[in-house]
Amino acid sequence: MKILVPVQFVPDLVEELVIDAGGDRLDPYSIRWKLNEFDEHAIEQAILLKEKYGGQVTVLAPDFEGVEDALYEAAAKGADRLVRMCADFYQGTNSHALARLFLSFVQQNKPDLVLAGVQAYSSLDGTVGCLLAGLLDWPYVGYVSCVKPGDQRVEVRKEYPGGLTAELEVQLPAVLGIQAAETPPRYVPISRVRQVMKTSKIEEFNGDLDLMGGLAPEHMFPPQVAARAAMLDGDVDQVADQLVAILREQGVL
Amino acid sequence: MAVVQSTSPMAADISEIGAEMAGDLHLRDCIQCGMCSGVCPLGFLMDYPPIRMIAALRSNTFQRVNASDTIWLCVACSACTSVCPSQIPLTRNLMTWTKEEHVLAGNIPEELQLALENSQRYGNPMGESPRKRTDWTRGIESMVPVMGRDTRQADVLWFVGDYASYHQRVQPATRTLALLLHRLGVNFAILGPEENSDGDSQRLSGERGLFEVLAEKNGRALKKYRFKEIMTTDPHTYNALKNEYPALGINYPVRHYTEFLAERLETIRPRLNRSLKARVTYHDPCYLGRVNGIYEQPRQLLQAIPGITLVEMPHNRKTSLCCGGGGGGMWLDGFQWEKAHVRLSEWRVREALSVGAEILAVACPYEASRFEDATKTVKNAEGLLVRDISELLSDAIDPLKGGEL
Repeated sequence: MKILVPVQFVPDLVEELVIDAGGDRLDPYSIRWKLNEFDEHAIEQAILLKEKYGGQVTVLAPDFEGVEDALYEAAAKGADRLVRMCADFYQGTNSHALARLFLSFVQQNKPDLVLAGVQAYSSLDGTVGCLLAGLLDWPYVGYVSCVKPGDQRVEVRKEYPGGLTAELEVQLPAVLGIQAAETPPRYVPISRVRQVMKTSKIEEFNGDLDLMGGLAPEHMFPPQVAARAAMLDGDVDQVADQLVAILREQGVL
Repeated sequence: MAVVQSTSPMAADISEIGAEMAGDLHLRDCIQCGMCSGVCPLGFLMDYPPIRMIAALRSNTFQRVNASDTIWLCVACSACTSVCPSQIPLTRNLMTWTKEEHVLAGNIPEELQLALENSQRYGNPMGESPRKRTDWTRGIESMVPVMGRDTRQADVLWFVGDYASYHQRVQPATRTLALLLHRLGVNFAILGPEENSDGDSQRLSGERGLFEVLAEKNGRALKKYRFKEIMTTDPHTYNALKNEYPALGINYPVRHYTEFLAERLETIRPRLNRSLKARVTYHDPCYLGRVNGIYEQPRQLLQAIPGITLVEMPHNRKTSLCCGGGGGGMWLDGFQWEKAHVRLSEWRVREALSVGAEILAVACPYEASRFEDATKTVKNAEGLLVRDISELLSDAIDPLKGGEL
């Protein structure tokens, strides 16, 4: 089975976020980029599948600072093919643009299964995996935490809110949005990453970045302090009554 | 026939590192006296304490050792090494190599994994922003020159270290030390954001490659500037610079801050004008005392403080008990509690109480938070103060009476 993991980079929140001088986006050059956590799980899930059932894992990553480290680390974990997607992502990017870029790679390389992180906290315009499946007209299941391959299909476990899970059969080829790998992403010792760097090759894939369809923020600003909190006093019944009154007033009930 | 069947698969099972260990450990020198395992603070909980590890190596059954996860109870305190009559480098080689095998095989407790990933990505195990490494200098920036930003040379390069830079409990002690150096007229500078974790505890928790990467980064930063010597806050940094970095071509004279200050004791003494009136006991950090033989300078500093009565705990100097933070222990609290249901820091705090100490003095940035936590859970320990030696020195200086600090 050919598995493709298209990943994306998100701002590392360990650093302070800086708003661009234009005031409508983050300054991409002051951001420290990191691999989206859900994509790390997607990579892990792909490697687990390969280890258990065989197959070939390709990791496709947009060209951000740190892309080589992320790809070599994936190779050290067991990925077979590393691809850097070249485009000027620092001018801006969005889920629609990424999905279109991933689409052209998928069309050329024809994977059986695409595992994408279910979400990324920097996405404003929908999740990439879902959009990609739409463009391909392939089935999509999100919030997946377990994948088992079968004949021309996969069995997946999908998480629902409230502790519910469902087991679904999905016809291949398909796109899955990975919520969590079956086991947490493994640690690879640096010595192994260094070894892999000597023997692995990073391919390049060129694409045109087309931002159509994304959201264009008008104004970006840090959260502002407001004094709108109210404390409800009294016993349980009194608090409940007050709460109901407030919810009615707000039009929620 | 049975013998052939049982030995050949075992011989095939022994790993490469195991074979290397067997050669480099002078296994024949081991007399199986068991002192290593008796003195090990958590040896009684290990499936394979050092004596059994060596026995397993000798009998080609080391895969059994690798199948157990109790190696992660080892806090690299070097107690085993210090008592070995055959002087086998147990901590540095046997225990650390075994951890390396576990790391290579991917058998690594999750909390340790996070610390290693953080060290890799951010250059510090707690995952703090490297840009914020100098945040502790806020308000005293003018007294703490940063190499590259304020100067390119100084007499003393102060390697501040991870916990002294970032840990909330340790930052005040770091500031105190900075002020003390400033008032003493020491011409010093720090590396600031260019400083990376010294990597020693990562090495001792089995990530040799990561240690080398961090050391190389520090080596490159140090090379850019001119200074006569390095002073460290952290005994682990001291150990790395003194004993491990030279093999990587990074060679500088290095001293721990207690050595550095003890040398200036005659300048410091007249400034100590406030009596502290307290029974104080001193905890020898493993990598200052047992591993590097520095026992007296910290005590000299404490004894210079007016009003202090220095008392010794039953385990002191070479036999000091580890705080539990070494060899990755700093990042294995959950794992160790699950396995052991004891905390080494609590034993130490009980010892401090047993000698009637009111203050437990420390000289390693791992310790203040560990011992302070322990005072909250050990019975009758709530009155025990945990203070870094630099904090006690500063406590003993009263600016109103003409003292300076």
